[in-house]
Amino acid sequence: MPSEPALAPAAPSPDRPRPRTRRTPLGVRVARATPSTLALAVLVVLFLFPLVWFVLSSVKPGGELFRFPLTIWPETWTFDGYARAWERVDFSLYFRNTALVATVTTVLTVFFSAATGYALAKYRSWWLSALFVCILATTMLPTEVILTPTFTVIRDLGLYDSLAGIIIPSVITASGIFMFRQFFLTVPDELLDAARIDGAGELTTFFRIMLPLSRPIAITLAIFSFQWRWNDYIWPLIVLSDPDRFTLQVALRSLLGAENIDWTLLLPASVISIVPLVVLFFVAQRYVMSADLSSGLKD
Amino acid sequence: MTLAHAPERGPAPAHAPAAAAARPRRRRPYGRHTLAPLALTSVVIVLFALFFVWPGALGLIYSFTDYRGIGDLELVGLENYQQLAGDADFWSALTRTFLYVALSVPLTVALALGIAVLLTNRFARGTSVAKVVFFLPWLISPIVTGVVWRWLFGESFGFVNYVLGRAGADPLPWSSDANLSLAVVVVASAWANVAFNMLLFVAAIRNVPPSYYEAAQLDGANAWHRFRHITLPGIAPTTFMVVLLSTIGSMKEFAMVQALNGGGPGTQNRLIVQYIYETGFNRAQIGYASAVSMVLMVILLVIALVQLRFEKRIRDAF
Repeated sequence: MPSEPALAPAAPSPDRPRPRTRRTPLGVRVARATPSTLALAVLVVLFLFPLVWFVLSSVKPGGELFRFPLTIWPETWTFDGYARAWERVDFSLYFRNTALVATVTTVLTVFFSAATGYALAKYRSWWLSALFVCILATTMLPTEVILTPTFTVIRDLGLYDSLAGIIIPSVITASGIFMFRQFFLTVPDELLDAARIDGAGELTTFFRIMLPLSRPIAITLAIFSFQWRWNDYIWPLIVLSDPDRFTLQVALRSLLGAENIDWTLLLPASVISIVPLVVLFFVAQRYVMSADLSSGLKD
Repeated sequence: MTLAHAPERGPAPAHAPAAAAARPRRRRPYGRHTLAPLALTSVVIVLFALFFVWPGALGLIYSFTDYRGIGDLELVGLENYQQLAGDADFWSALTRTFLYVALSVPLTVALALGIAVLLTNRFARGTSVAKVVFFLPWLISPIVTGVVWRWLFGESFGFVNYVLGRAGADPLPWSSDANLSLAVVVVASAWANVAFNMLLFVAAIRNVPPSYYEAAQLDGANAWHRFRHITLPGIAPTTFMVVLLSTIGSMKEFAMVQALNGGGPGTQNRLIVQYIYETGFNRAQIGYASAVSMVLMVILLVIALVQLRFEKRIRDAF
């Protein structure tokens, strides 16, 4: 399966409110806040700097980019690089391809992870246990390990050089299945029994009651899955060969391939490529930040 | 991917069903429903068979052949593995990968834990803004991360060498010295991977019962003691998971290295996945590449099993 960073199972849990402190004198409060706030500030600057330097460099004209002494703030702002990058790299095509892959995969991933997680949590049979062990095993057998034979499978299935070839194998993610399984374990069986007594079929119960109930998990997984697929590189790299079907990351990499990198083009192109996810992140920030990833870890 | 459940169950995943059954919970309807769970899981089962079982089996078979992508398979027995044992490029890639893991995992985990402690410190101000900043690198693809750090550490144009020059030091050969080049990869990966681990740590620290801290405070424990004797044991399961996942993740590093230094200078920093990719796709030695894949798989399995065992021992000690 396409590589994906780890994601622990989650269950919805509201952010615990900070313990309220009694009004303390300003001096004491400042003295208490200083060490940790200062340490945090230093780390923030260290973390932000590479990105700030990168973005500011992208609006410098070529001459200023390599002129010593370096200045952090651009003397002349130019968006020439952006215009050239937009012209050279067919961003609308790559955005479309990547967005299509990421969206379709995410929808399928969320749906099938929910269904499988639910089955694993609420039904018991020997083959479900076996399936669970198999899914655990996939965490140790990542795409990278079976790169070459997977390529053969993709080719034999006729999925080579198609977007479907990226989408279909990416649908299973062990993390997603675990998240949903963990969540559905916390849903009382009585709810299921009640639905059965009311005469609802098993699948109806899943679609009408359980799936809507798992919305918080679905949103969390959707955000993560979208990021994984948007930034995926190794899978599209082996599946695609026609530049018209390239995803963003593969297309970007081709700018890096040359002996002498054209930084005035590469920097703006890279900045453009991160814009969609950053925008999406700020829209969905509330959900990303409140994702209580480890509640499934508690004993 | 995750082994998120590992802390809950026995030493090996194989014990999972037993552990689940032993849990005191109401018996779920057993055997009464077959069609519904089958319908719910069928797609995943088919995909699992197609994209894990099939390629896994093929990989194992290929590793005993000299398959080159076309033509018939010809069995060569253990020849690939014998050749691997004497392949200097393979050993170099493997040792570089181990070195990278040994450097980057401790750095990433320590950084993520430190940041999580600061973020959950109730006296720290500006934590919500800081959290967003620490999260930004997570949004950036490994390819762009590679570009960012390549730009920062350029030998003749990079900001870091410029600062070194201003400080009176000699510029360092960040991309032509193999060790410095690897150091840049380590730093870049810590930057890129901190967000996710930080999120896990933050959640784990929040789950430590506040009453423990209050009791410790009454007993006069200082901040370090509270961290050492309450926070650390309290988040032990999460820590183990973070270490395990980071280790497995680092073993598979590929995209960022491709963009940062292409495994360079030369091939000195080629990591194991790059070696598989280059042998399998650029040189079309699929049989040989599959043998390398099998070695990587065994290594990942051993890492996971060792860590799970180790974790159980630690947990039993508490």
